[in-house]
Amino acid sequence: MTTLTRRALLKAGLAIGGGLLVEVSLPQAQAAAAEPVTFQPNGLLRITSNDVVTFVLISVEMGQGVSTSNAQLIAEELGIDPAKMVVEFSPADRRYDNPIHGLQVTGGSTTTAASWEPYRVAGATAREMLLEAAARSWGVPKSECVAEDGAILHKPTNRSGRFGQFAEAAARLPVPDVTLRTRDFRVVGKPVPRLDSAAKVDGSAVFGIDVKVPEARSAVVVRCPVPRGQVKSFDAAAAKAMSGVEDVVRISSGVAVVAKTYWHARQAAAQVKVEWDEGPLAGFSTAALLETHRKLAREGQGKRVQSKGDAEAALSKAARVLEAEYTAPFLAHAPLEPQNATAHITGSKCTLWVPTQSPGLLHEQVKRLLGFDSEDITIHQTWIGGGFGRRLAQDYAIEAVEVSRAVGKPVKVVWSREDDMRHSPYRPAATHRVQGALDAQGRLVAWKHTVVTQSIINDVGEHWVRTRLSGAPGFMKSMAVGLAVPMLSAEDDTSVEGAKGLAYGVPNLAVDFVRHEPGIPVGFYRSVGHSHSAFATESFVDEAAHAAGQDPVAFRRELLKFEHRLRWVLELAAEKAGWGTPLSPGRFRGVAVHRSFKSHVAVVAEVSVEGTEIRVHRLVMAADCGRVVNPNIVEAQLEGSAVFGLSAALKHQISFENGRVQQRNFHDYELLRMHETPKIEVHLRHNEAPPTGIGEPGLPVIAPAVANAVFAATGKRLRDLPLSLGAAS
Amino acid sequence: MVKLVINGVEREFDVPEDMPLLWVLREVAGMTGTKFGCGAALCGVCTVHVNGIATRSCVMPVGTLAGQRITTIEGLAQGGTRHPCQRAWTELSVPQCGYCQSGQIMSASALLAAQPEPTDENIDAVMAGNLCRCGTYPRIRAAIHRASELAKQEQVDLKAAIGMAETKEGH
Repeated sequence: MTTLTRRALLKAGLAIGGGLLVEVSLPQAQAAAAEPVTFQPNGLLRITSNDVVTFVLISVEMGQGVSTSNAQLIAEELGIDPAKMVVEFSPADRRYDNPIHGLQVTGGSTTTAASWEPYRVAGATAREMLLEAAARSWGVPKSECVAEDGAILHKPTNRSGRFGQFAEAAARLPVPDVTLRTRDFRVVGKPVPRLDSAAKVDGSAVFGIDVKVPEARSAVVVRCPVPRGQVKSFDAAAAKAMSGVEDVVRISSGVAVVAKTYWHARQAAAQVKVEWDEGPLAGFSTAALLETHRKLAREGQGKRVQSKGDAEAALSKAARVLEAEYTAPFLAHAPLEPQNATAHITGSKCTLWVPTQSPGLLHEQVKRLLGFDSEDITIHQTWIGGGFGRRLAQDYAIEAVEVSRAVGKPVKVVWSREDDMRHSPYRPAATHRVQGALDAQGRLVAWKHTVVTQSIINDVGEHWVRTRLSGAPGFMKSMAVGLAVPMLSAEDDTSVEGAKGLAYGVPNLAVDFVRHEPGIPVGFYRSVGHSHSAFATESFVDEAAHAAGQDPVAFRRELLKFEHRLRWVLELAAEKAGWGTPLSPGRFRGVAVHRSFKSHVAVVAEVSVEGTEIRVHRLVMAADCGRVVNPNIVEAQLEGSAVFGLSAALKHQISFENGRVQQRNFHDYELLRMHETPKIEVHLRHNEAPPTGIGEPGLPVIAPAVANAVFAATGKRLRDLPLSLGAAS
Repeated sequence: MVKLVINGVEREFDVPEDMPLLWVLREVAGMTGTKFGCGAALCGVCTVHVNGIATRSCVMPVGTLAGQRITTIEGLAQGGTRHPCQRAWTELSVPQCGYCQSGQIMSASALLAAQPEPTDENIDAVMAGNLCRCGTYPRIRAAIHRASELAKQEQVDLKAAIGMAETKEGH
């Protein structure tokens, strides 16, 4: 290829948001006629003279479907069938920063919003340049040419040529400004079949755990059963004597056994004897944490993060005051592909093959660990067997780097399911205390909400700040971390979101954050703060509706008078679920509505209770995420969030006793199975607002809707997650 | 030395007899289509066929499989013809992350070989062993029905489609 090197492109320093990178292939540099010329009008799209159209994904594909929907954005403007394009995962490169986060990361349900304009601009720019090149080549007006189906056509003279034909000429043209289509979309809004299905149904898609690097060993890490514990000493003699074992080395997170296969390493790991310094969490128990949380919730000494009117005054003179406490446990993400990474360090170069949600975060952490130059750290993204926020933490990749460095060979570190369950960062445990005041007419006039939980930013903020400032000198990054992280942690929006920003029109609102740091490693879990706050808000508003003697949908509708998008999805879900119409005997309905990541979702759950068993029969979901790029994929995300949310609502907790996680595998951290999955109906409220996210917004409403249905069924308010009516008799 | 017949090809492996088939497939034979998810037969991502029966390879010591016919996801498509499940899965855009789908398809294709027009109850019973964290269960169910429909329309022998034709004697 006669393209400029990546180093030169980096020096050009133009981000995809701030400008378009123009890459020109010089005719005299072309050696053989066979060598294809590349037309690359920007960092997102390449067209070669042999007609291969490649687009680069700024985000990672972890099942949420962006490798298809982003293809649609380019294809819409470029004039090609998305299925004819080749997807390329991005290297670690600030050109591929997510403009919403300021670093290269996939999370917060931001990909479609972040890509909406840049990808269409990329497609439109290339199209205009190809049209110009074709028009010149044919000697016809550009206005008479069209781009269709991967070709430029001049219909008056019946001439056509594939894009590739004009790639070289287009590459010589100046990059124009473009205007984007605003209506009559041909590809956007269509249920284009996923482009990655074929590779995922025949075993050919290479996930991180499948990567084959010549000479790579497998490594298994023995870690302290208590988080943040350290190795005091270890005896590897028995392990080293076992078949297939090459080495046993100490790394930051424990003791790594390096062998010729995972199986050999795993057998040997059982023989490693380690003396642990169990550290500060040795006595940690979630039962004690919960007691502390409840005490703190009642003491009311939090930091006020939102205030409207005077909630305390309104509560003190209220006709009727309601109060409730809601609890949510630590949760494990449990993606089906266990954590893994392959690393190869040679001299001053490091190459990684990793299923990660952030090449940016990873690159920065590896650079800091090794001290290598940026361009000497290469990160190859792989397909990802589930992210859900787990792969924002780069812990498993750092392990691979450390082991490879220690043994001087390429190494793949693989975690077992037990490792994943017990040594991952968790969704924080949280306790919510909500007090509400009803006036004599049964209207909600005050809402005071105390959130007791730990700050995620306290744990991970340092990495995000450093990555945002990746080009800055080390001392500046440290200063920024020192200033920003404590400040951001104090009012950690990711801890209080959903409580803060309550959509209901309550005239007196107070939201307090009581930050309690037990020291358990935590991270971003699908829908983050909303994953527990919506359980509190949607349960409490339901309790208030009941106290006011009102229908739960009508009560919410009134409080959403000024929130039309939330009101509309609430009404749509209620309508499609037949709210208010008779149900078969034994079936009851519960509702929840919530906004998160700028999208609006409501769900009606149909539930029956048999003894202590909660059975969910049907979920009717309504969602508004602005303009929908691919309705099939959006529906799939909502279905998927519902299943994910039901597992959490009905089955999940990570509990600690004596510092040890009590859950091991899928027998004690159960995922919903096929036969437990209800009928899920999804209704999209289409509109032309700019696209917003859908990977996470479907989740927060599930637990409260089910809990509200259980109340309708039994008269019992379940305020603790996972939902339980007691042990089966 | 352990002799295994994998996707119709006899191969010999110098591995301990108690090494699970999953790891022999993935790390010795280099066939990574069959996945590792739990190591305890709880999740189903490791599902292969042993003599046409869906089997969790993570708990099958290879020593017990000498001479048995093993089919993996790589061997499901025969002579370039994809199994009706693979076609239905693609048609209905079933996969999200995709990690569980090899196992799902191996379980589903074995179900269809035994039960070419399965009821939802059949599907519930057989597919309960295959977890999907992304929550694609409703689409998997629809795809199994669609695969059944495709097979009926095109008169595909679903036993032959998993290499277990009644008329064909395995060697």
